[in-house]
Amino acid sequence: MAETTLGHADQTAPRPPGLRGFVADWSSDQRAFKGVSWGKAMMWIFLLSDTFIFGCFLLSYMTARMSTVVPWPNPSEVFALHLFGQDIPLILIAIMTFVLISSSGTMAMAVNFGYRRDRRKTAILMLLTAALGATFVGMQAFEWTKLITEGVRPWENPWGAAQFGSTFFMITGFHGTHVTIGVIFLLIVARKVWRGDYETGARGFFTSRRGQYESVEIMGLYWHFVDLVWVFIFAFFYLW
Amino acid sequence: MVDVTPHGADLIPPAEVGEMDLYHPHSWWTKYVFSQDAKVIAIQYSGTAMAIGLVALVLSWLMRLQLGFPGTFDFITPEAYYQFMTMHGMIMVIYLLTALFLGGFGNYLIPLMVGARDMVFPYVNMLSYWIYLLAVLVLVSSFFAPGGPTGAGWTLYPPQAITSGTPGGQDWGIILMLVSLILFIIGFTMGGLNYVVTVLQARTRGMTLMRMPLTVWGIFTATVMALLAFPALFVACVMMLFDRIIGSSFFMPAIVEMGEQSPHNGGSPIMFQHLFWFFGHPEVYIVALPAFGIVSDLISTHARKNIFGYRMMVWAIVGIGALSFVVWAHHMYVSGMHPYFGFFFATTTLIIAVPTAIKVYNWVLTLWRGDIHLTLPMLFALAFIVTFVNGGLTGLFLGNVVVDVPLSDTMFVVAHFHMVMGVAPIMVVFGAIYHWYPKITGRMLNEAMGRFHFWVTFVGAYLIFFPMHYVGLVGVPRRYPELGDTAFIPPSVHTLNEFITIAALTVGFAQMVFLFNLFWSLRNGKDAGDNPWRATSLEWQTAGTPPPHGNFGKELPVVYRWAYDYSVPGAPEDFIPQNDPRPMTQGGPA
Repeated sequence: MAETTLGHADQTAPRPPGLRGFVADWSSDQRAFKGVSWGKAMMWIFLLSDTFIFGCFLLSYMTARMSTVVPWPNPSEVFALHLFGQDIPLILIAIMTFVLISSSGTMAMAVNFGYRRDRRKTAILMLLTAALGATFVGMQAFEWTKLITEGVRPWENPWGAAQFGSTFFMITGFHGTHVTIGVIFLLIVARKVWRGDYETGARGFFTSRRGQYESVEIMGLYWHFVDLVWVFIFAFFYLW
Repeated sequence: MVDVTPHGADLIPPAEVGEMDLYHPHSWWTKYVFSQDAKVIAIQYSGTAMAIGLVALVLSWLMRLQLGFPGTFDFITPEAYYQFMTMHGMIMVIYLLTALFLGGFGNYLIPLMVGARDMVFPYVNMLSYWIYLLAVLVLVSSFFAPGGPTGAGWTLYPPQAITSGTPGGQDWGIILMLVSLILFIIGFTMGGLNYVVTVLQARTRGMTLMRMPLTVWGIFTATVMALLAFPALFVACVMMLFDRIIGSSFFMPAIVEMGEQSPHNGGSPIMFQHLFWFFGHPEVYIVALPAFGIVSDLISTHARKNIFGYRMMVWAIVGIGALSFVVWAHHMYVSGMHPYFGFFFATTTLIIAVPTAIKVYNWVLTLWRGDIHLTLPMLFALAFIVTFVNGGLTGLFLGNVVVDVPLSDTMFVVAHFHMVMGVAPIMVVFGAIYHWYPKITGRMLNEAMGRFHFWVTFVGAYLIFFPMHYVGLVGVPRRYPELGDTAFIPPSVHTLNEFITIAALTVGFAQMVFLFNLFWSLRNGKDAGDNPWRATSLEWQTAGTPPPHGNFGKELPVVYRWAYDYSVPGAPEDFIPQNDPRPMTQGGPA
């Protein structure tokens, strides 16, 4: 500590080994995450915060489910559809999951074409992603309608613990809101890609900043996150 | 070192961060009202926070009037008392302290101290303030709603928070409270993301994390914690809102209320307590860590000495931040949880005392043989150390299960948390305002008024809260609007309650002097110049005072050293600014 050093020892001296080197790397000049733009860093940190929100929702749901003394309705039966003369358990949820995961695939392709500066394909794939997302929300609306007509309410349901309905509507509702917001932003970014705003450097209406193709990737981060959250909801709410 | 070059200036690293695409305002509205400049947003945040804090201050006077002279004031009914208490607590903790430290000081100091032109996303930063203002307005509107604001206590525990016996429970009060909190969290997230990314990704050349002033470290860590802790409160608020409006039963068990079976069934009030305190305990440190950081800088600057153990100070901040997420159930020892849980949470709670003690020792060792100037910021910093140690020591009592159980829900707890997270951080707020007001306005605050404010506040805080410990130890419960003729309460308690009330009103008056000083000095204060405290950190080296839009003129400063080069032997002056390219003569982390 007491030796004579110059200003930028970081740049001139080799990294110290072990934990000190680890810390020196992280705390190095100007940026902690090299090559990561502000927007991407911000999205990652937001997603971390959002993870805590969904984590709290799911933990609360599990607490309610484990501590209730009334039987919990059987999800396989509740979420079954009567198709082709027989009850198929979780069929709608399976289709919804398939649709949402497919939309992650199209999103990933959009990001790829975005980096190749292929405006047309990027925009089309983003619109396709938005369409799949809207389909998901639509099927969710169908599912809600079906359950509501069967008598499921946030305060009661015909089969058991009242918390079944309240956690179901709250968690899927909150997730569906995330998907809806995602669809809206997908459409906005797709429009910008289509018009070539990112090539001409047109300034944003609200922020008056120039956009970049990276917006497609940041949008993708959010979309994959929403998809991942659904996997957890699917596992913990429907399959448990 | 491997290769030594004679001048640091030869070692300017290449710029990794591009110039910021700044928004330049064209009209009065975009310059002063809907401003995207972090400095204006900071002043808006601080002004709003202090205005609503003033409401909370007046509420505390009303409560003290009732406790000191029960039965004298007809308009303070028990219901009104509960409403005052709830709103006082909620406003002070969230809408004043959190908003002021992170939204106010965070916005002003982070870009200036790390050498950035602004926050990374100024537009989102601006939205953050306006949503915060909306949250405050919703909160204030509950005072005028039918049934008045909620009287559930600032912890909002169900089931009583939404039952008809509680003021606002079946009226608008609790709904507006919850909506306001949800809005606050949304707004804060927008700002908080900005603060974190600015610190991580937008520092100027040479500003490594380990060269940042501790102020930035404190605010940064607190913001990260807030981004992870507020989600729990968000979820709790949403669920309670559902219980209250839709009639779900997340937190509401089956209860008989006013002779009638409530519509709820099977919910868990304890689950709310867990969610609330998973937010609530980190919240204590969200308020405390910025105070820790700021006070370190105040002490170092005004004692003209480098901070003792900079690296340990950083690690202590980070350590406290991490540990504070695993101590929450020490607020719930009397909730009937498993004794082994109590054992676990008592242990983690006491472990937090270690990094905290490191910080206190380092502050004292920084003062040791320093060239202490008893300026106003220094006086408040010293007051912080004393009050914080006091409040921290009673924390050791309450952290132990066996000692906490008899003390729980007594005035001892009230005295403890006011001392440790009320008085102590507020001392830092005052010190910081006296310290940075010259940079924000270009003028010094009036010294005489400041000294009056300091002595009345500091001595007064002790006169209020020291007797309160005793009152709690003899068993006076908290949250009782009056004690009546209770056999176990000695007459001395009543005398002390009157005494505390008079002390509280006096301290309240001193705050009016402070507020007057803030406005008076705007015109009449002494001219401050660019660097009145002869401080090293970047905000004192700006292109002008107050700093212009973009903060640093044409070129961003380049940083060559840490922020604590005070009284360096051989240097021409007793401080070397961070952007001074002279070789470092001694000390300091690389």
